[in-house]
Amino acid sequence: MSLIDGLARLEAVSTGRAQPRATARHRHLSQRPLVLVPLTTAGEAGAPLGALVGTERTSPRLLVVPQPRDRDLRFAFLSELAEIVLPYVDSFAGDVEAAERSETDPETSKRVKVEVELCADAPQLIVPSRAGIEFVRLLGRSMRFRRTAEQDPDAPYPAPPRVPLLGRWLTHFGERARVPGSSLLLAMTELLSRHWATGQSSLEDQHLGALLAWIEAPEGTSGAEAAFRAELARDEAGQLLCPPAGPATDPAFDNTLLAPAMERYDRARSALAAAEDGVAADVGLAALTAAEQEIHALIDSRTRPTWDAVWRGLDALCTLPVAAHDADRWTRDRWSFTGHRDRVVAGEPPQPRVDDAVTAANKLATREREQSRLEAQEALDDPLVMAGRRLAGEAFAGEVTEVVMAYSEAKSPRPRPLVTVRTDDRPHLGERTKVYRALGGKPQTAEFVAYEGEGVVVLRLTDKMGRGKEPDPGSVPEKGDRICWTLFEHEQRGGPKLPDPEETPWTHGGPPAETAERPDPVTAEDTL
Amino acid sequence: MQLAPPAGGAFDPGAEAARATEAILHDTLHGTHRGVVVDSPPGAGKSTLVVRAARELAAAGRPLMVIAQTNAQVDDLVLRLAEKDPKLPVGRLHSSDPDPYDKALDDLPNVRKSTKAGDLAGLDVVISTAAKWAHVKVDQLDAPWGHAIVDEAYQMRSDALLAVAGLFERALFVGDPGQLDPFSIVGAEQWAGLAYDPSASAVTTLLAHNPELPQHRLPVSWRLPASAAPLVSGAFYPYTPFRSGTDHGDRALRFAVASDGSAADRVIDEAAEAGWGLLELPARNTPRTDPEAVGALARVVRRLLDRGGAATSERGPGPAPLTADRIAVGTAHRDQAAAVRAALADLGVRDVTVDTANRLQGREYDVTVVLHPLSGRPDATAFHLETGRLCVLTSRHRHACIVVCRAGVDTLLDDHPSTEPVQLGVTVKFPDGWEANHAVLARLAEHRVRWSG
Amino acid sequence: MPAPPRRRTALRQRLAELRGPDVPARPLDARALAALAANPGCSRRSLLDGAGVDKTVLAQSLGAPSGFGQSQFAFMRGNAFEARVKADGGAELLRLTHRFLGGGPEPVPGGSAVPDLAAAGPEGRAARTALALREATASDGWTLLDHPMLALDVAGTPAFLEPDAVVVHPDGGWTVVEIKSFPMIDGSADAAKVGAAARQSAVYALALEQVAARIEPAPEIHHHVLLVCPKDFSNLPTASAIDVRKQLSVTRRQLARLTRVEDIAAELPEGTTFDVRRPAAELTAAVEAVPAAYAPECLSACELAFHCRARAREQGEVTALGRSIRGELGGLTSIDDVLSAASGATGDPDDPAVATLRRAAELRAEALAGEAAACH
Repeated sequence: MSLIDGLARLEAVSTGRAQPRATARHRHLSQRPLVLVPLTTAGEAGAPLGALVGTERTSPRLLVVPQPRDRDLRFAFLSELAEIVLPYVDSFAGDVEAAERSETDPETSKRVKVEVELCADAPQLIVPSRAGIEFVRLLGRSMRFRRTAEQDPDAPYPAPPRVPLLGRWLTHFGERARVPGSSLLLAMTELLSRHWATGQSSLEDQHLGALLAWIEAPEGTSGAEAAFRAELARDEAGQLLCPPAGPATDPAFDNTLLAPAMERYDRARSALAAAEDGVAADVGLAALTAAEQEIHALIDSRTRPTWDAVWRGLDALCTLPVAAHDADRWTRDRWSFTGHRDRVVAGEPPQPRVDDAVTAANKLATREREQSRLEAQEALDDPLVMAGRRLAGEAFAGEVTEVVMAYSEAKSPRPRPLVTVRTDDRPHLGERTKVYRALGGKPQTAEFVAYEGEGVVVLRLTDKMGRGKEPDPGSVPEKGDRICWTLFEHEQRGGPKLPDPEETPWTHGGPPAETAERPDPVTAEDTL
Repeated sequence: MQLAPPAGGAFDPGAEAARATEAILHDTLHGTHRGVVVDSPPGAGKSTLVVRAARELAAAGRPLMVIAQTNAQVDDLVLRLAEKDPKLPVGRLHSSDPDPYDKALDDLPNVRKSTKAGDLAGLDVVISTAAKWAHVKVDQLDAPWGHAIVDEAYQMRSDALLAVAGLFERALFVGDPGQLDPFSIVGAEQWAGLAYDPSASAVTTLLAHNPELPQHRLPVSWRLPASAAPLVSGAFYPYTPFRSGTDHGDRALRFAVASDGSAADRVIDEAAEAGWGLLELPARNTPRTDPEAVGALARVVRRLLDRGGAATSERGPGPAPLTADRIAVGTAHRDQAAAVRAALADLGVRDVTVDTANRLQGREYDVTVVLHPLSGRPDATAFHLETGRLCVLTSRHRHACIVVCRAGVDTLLDDHPSTEPVQLGVTVKFPDGWEANHAVLARLAEHRVRWSG
Repeated sequence: MPAPPRRRTALRQRLAELRGPDVPARPLDARALAALAANPGCSRRSLLDGAGVDKTVLAQSLGAPSGFGQSQFAFMRGNAFEARVKADGGAELLRLTHRFLGGGPEPVPGGSAVPDLAAAGPEGRAARTALALREATASDGWTLLDHPMLALDVAGTPAFLEPDAVVVHPDGGWTVVEIKSFPMIDGSADAAKVGAAARQSAVYALALEQVAARIEPAPEIHHHVLLVCPKDFSNLPTASAIDVRKQLSVTRRQLARLTRVEDIAAELPEGTTFDVRRPAAELTAAVEAVPAAYAPECLSACELAFHCRARAREQGEVTALGRSIRGELGGLTSIDDVLSAASGATGDPDDPAVATLRRAAELRAEALAGEAAACH
C-alpha cells in the first residue's frame, strides 16, 4: 500500500467514513450494464446454485438450480442464463461504426490500413466481487467445450443449444477482465475500493456489504459500526443479516436452510416419480412445486441484498466525474468485443484450454502495456492519483520561474529552451532523466539538466516546438506557469511483433500441435 | 600463486576453469545440440567466456549475433571484443533514441554502428540488446544467423527469447542463476507451470523444452575472495557450488591511516581482515531512508577514502590505491540510494557508485558497502526476501563487503509468515530466501561492530 | 534443542495450569501445526497452541466467535471424493502415485496390500501404523495405508496426526498422499489451497521421518507429496506431485520455535488461566496478558482473530489495516500518532517518516481542495 493510500485509510478510521482515493471515475460504466449475482454450491466446481441477473434494477430475473447435483437442472439454468446474456450481448453487435485498423499485407509484408467495423458500444457485465469474476471464468470454461445436439448428433448428454456459445462469451469476458483498465467485466468491490479508502484492510474490503457500509455511511454515523454489522451480525436463527456477496454461500445458510429444503425437494421428486395414479401425481406435483418455491425464495433472499448493493455501488460511482481517458480505454474494450464477435461469426473454434506460447506472450505484453497506460492515464486525469506519483518521486509539479532560449548544436540549430521550475516535490531525477508534460493532450519531452539549489530544477525542452528555428507559439512554457512533469511516459510504445504460432521457435517447443480441442469427457453417471 | 589443496584432493582453480571453458567451447563449436547453457556464478569470467566464444566462432568462419539485456552490457561487450581483437569486424545494432550507445565506440575503427540490421550484414559479430533484436525480422536477413550468444540469459524473460529465437539456428546461453529473476508488472499466474510461461526466465523455458541440452558451469569465481566464495556459494548456490580462484592471503586490503577507534574504522578494519564486516545499529523500526543508517554508511565510505586504502591482489605486482571508483554502495530501493548519495555529497564524497541491486548486477568493485534490505523494517516481504537481491549485494566485491544493518533482523525473519501459494507444475526455486538470509546473517554476526553514533 | 527432561515436565505442568484443571489438551492436528507458520510472530497464538487451549471455545467465551464453519455440501463432497479415490483397494490412487512418482513397477489392480490399521486409541493406532510401515517397506509390492496414525513430538507432547493416506512404493520409498476436493482444471488449481495442502502434507512427512528414523536402514520419504483432486468439473481423480522441501524446512523451524512458549509462559502473572469456565472478564484479562501480533491475514487463519481484531482496532494499531501499511511509517505504530504526525501536531520533522507523512497529507489535501474548487 502506498503511503498516500495508507493515509487515506487512517483518515477513514478517524472520521468513521470512507475517504476518496480518486477524484474521477477511472473505469467505464455502461449506460446499460448487465448485473450478475451468482451463487455456487459449496465444494463443487462449476455447479451453480442460482443467480439474479438483468439490466433493470427493479426487475432482475431469478434463476435457481433446485438440485445442483442434477445435470439436467444445471443445463436448464445455463440455458436460461444464455437466453438472458446472449441477447444482451447481441444487442451491441449490430450497431457499428467504420474504423481503420493497420494490418500486415500478407503479400508485401507492409503495414496497410484496412477499413473495418467497430461496434459503437459494448456490453458490460458487473459482478459483486473478484470471486464473481473467477466464477464467470469457471462457467465459461465449463461450457465452451460442450457439444449441442445440433453440433454433434451423437454427443452424449448434449448441452442446450446456446450454452457453448455462452461459454465462449463468458470466457472472453473473463479473459478481458485480466487486462488492466478494461471494463467489459467488472467486480463491484474492486470498482469501489479503487475509488475509496475504507478504515479496514483490503482483505476486509472484499466483503461488498462492509465496503459499501463505509462508503454510504451518512455524516455523523460510524461506517466502522455499519461495516461490522454487515460483516458479522446474525439474526436469532443464526443467519447473517447481510449475506456474503457470493458466489460462495455462508455455511450456516447451507446447513440450516438450504440442505433441508433440498432434501424436501429430492423427496418430493422421488414421490412424484413413484406416484402410481393421477391423484398421487397431483399431490406429488404440488409438493414438488412447493419445495421448488421454497428454494427459489431462499436463493432470492441470499442474492437480493447483494443485487441491491451492486446497484447502490453504481450510484456511488456515478457521483464521480468521468475520467478524461475513459473513452480511450473503452474504445479498446469495444475493439476487444468486436474482435470476439467477428471470431464467433467466422465460425472459429472456442478458445483453447491453455494458451500457446505466442498467445501467452502476446497477452502478457498487452497487459503490461495496458498497466503502464492505465497508471499514466489515471495520474494525468486525477490530481489525487498524481499526488501519489509526486510523493513517490515519479512526478513533480511546480511554477516556471525562468525560461532561457537555447539551441541545439546541430547544423541547423533547433530550439532547446532551458526551463527553470521551482518545486516542493522530490523527484528521482538523474543525469538526463526524461520528463514529460501534457501539451494539448500530447506529451512534450524535456530532459533534466541540473539542480540550481534546493527544489529548483532546470530542464531542457526537446520536442513539440514545431519545425522552425523559433518554437511554435504556446509550445514553450512561460514564466509563472504551473506545470506538472512526470518521469513516466504518457503514451505506451507498441512492443515487437512476435512470430506467428505456427512459427514458434525450438526454444519454446516449436509450433503447437494442430489438433482441435476435444470436449470434456462426459459419463453416464453425473459425476459431480 | 600458491593454493592450499583442499581436503580430498588438490584444487587448481585455473585448471578447473580452463577445463570447463574448453568443454563449453567444444560443445559450442562442435556439439550437435542446438543450445548450450552455461551457469556462471558471480565473477566467474562470464564476459571473458562470451568474448572468447565469439572470437572463436568468428575465427571458424561462423558469423554470429550476440544478444545482451541492456545497452550498457552491449557496449561493454563491444569494448571488450575490440580490446582483445581490434581487427575483428563488429556491428553494434542500436536504437534510434538519442545517445543510443557509448561514445567510446566511436573511437573503434572496426566497429560499425547502425540502427538497421541490414547495414551490418556480413560483419563477423553483430551485438545488440534483446529489445532491439526483437524488432529485426528474419525475412530482412538473407538467412537466420547460424550462431548466437545470449548473455545474462537468466535475466532475460521467456517472451523476450521468443521474440528473437527465430533469428538464429543455435545458441550459447550464458548467465548467473543466482541473481535477480526477471519480473512482470502484471500477474502472470495464468501461465504458471507452463513450460513456456512468458514471465519465466529464458533459460527455464529453454530447458523445459530441451532438457537434453548440455549444461555447464563455470566453477571458479575470480572476483570473490576466499573469504566470500564459500558463503555466497553455500547460501545462494546450494546445489551448484563454486570456489574462489584465490586463496586466503592472496589478497590484502591495508590502510595507511590507523583506526581512530570509531565504529566506522573498526568495521573497516574487521572487513579488511576478514572480508566481511557488519556495522550494527540499535534495533528500531525506521522508514526506508533511515537517516542514522544512511549516515553511518556514508561515514564508512568517507573513512574508506580518507584512510588511504590499498588493495593488493593477484592482478598486479604492487598495491593499488582504493579510489572512489573502486567502491560501491548497494541498496534495495531507489530512494535509499538517493538518500545515500545526498549523505555522501554532504561529506564531500563524489564518484562512488551508489545504486540498487538491479543496477549493480554484473558489476565489480574492491569494496562494497551495503544497506541490508531488511534493516529497520517492521516486516519482511517477498521483495526483501528475494535471494537474488541479497546475492547481488553480497557478491560484487573483490576484497571486502561491509553491511550496515539495524539489529533484530533475525527476529524479523523468524516472525515472517510462511503462507506462500503453490502453483502446480512450477519447479521450486532454491535457495529459499529465508534460509539464505539466515546464512548470511549468521556469518556477518561473526564480524559485528556495534555503531555507537 | 529439546529441553532437558525435568524442565520439560515443569513446562507441561505449567501449560496444564494454563488450560485449567482437568481440561485435556486440545490435540494439535496437521492443519493447526501447519498454521503455526501463518503468524509465527504472535506470542498469543504460540502459547495457546502450545498449551493445547481450544481456541474455538475460547473465542466463543470471549464473545468473539470465529467465523469458521463448513458447509455440509462441501463436507459430503469431500468424503464422497475420497471414497471414490480409495475405492477398489486404492487401485486408482496407486496408479496415480506410480504415474507421478514411480518407485516400482506399475501396480496391478487388486495386487496391492491395504493393511488393517485399526487399534485401540491413538497410541495403539500409531504403533499399528509404524508396524505396517515397517512391513510394507520390507515387502516389494505396493502398499496403501488408508488413514494411518502418526505421532509427532510437538514441544514435548505427542501430537497424533492422520493423513489421508501414505503409499509405500515397491522400492521402499514412502509418499504422503493428500486428497482434496477442490478441482484441478486444465492442470492448474487454486494456488492458495495448494499451498495450504502442501504445508499440511509437510507436517505428515515430518511425522513419517520420526517413524523412519527407527527403521534400519531408514526408508526414503519422498519430498514430493501426491496431491489428488477432482479433474476439471467431474468427480474423477487426477493428481500432481508437489515438492514440499520448503514447507518441510518451515515446519521444522516453527516446531523448534515452539519451545519458546516456555519463555512466554514465564512472563505471565501468577494464576493466569485460559480455562473457559472462568468468567469472561477474567479470560479477557488472561488473553490480554499475552501480546498478540494481529494482522488481517489472521482472519482466515486463527480462531481468535475477531477478538484480536477488536482489540487492535480499539488500540488504534495501524497493522489492523494491513501489514504493508507499516512499511513506511518507521516507529509510528498507532493511528493517532500517525495522523497527528501527518497533521504537523507532533513528530520530529527531521524524521523522514514524519516528513514524508506531512508531505503526503499536504499533497492529498491540495489535490482534494482542487477537486472541491472544480465542483463550483
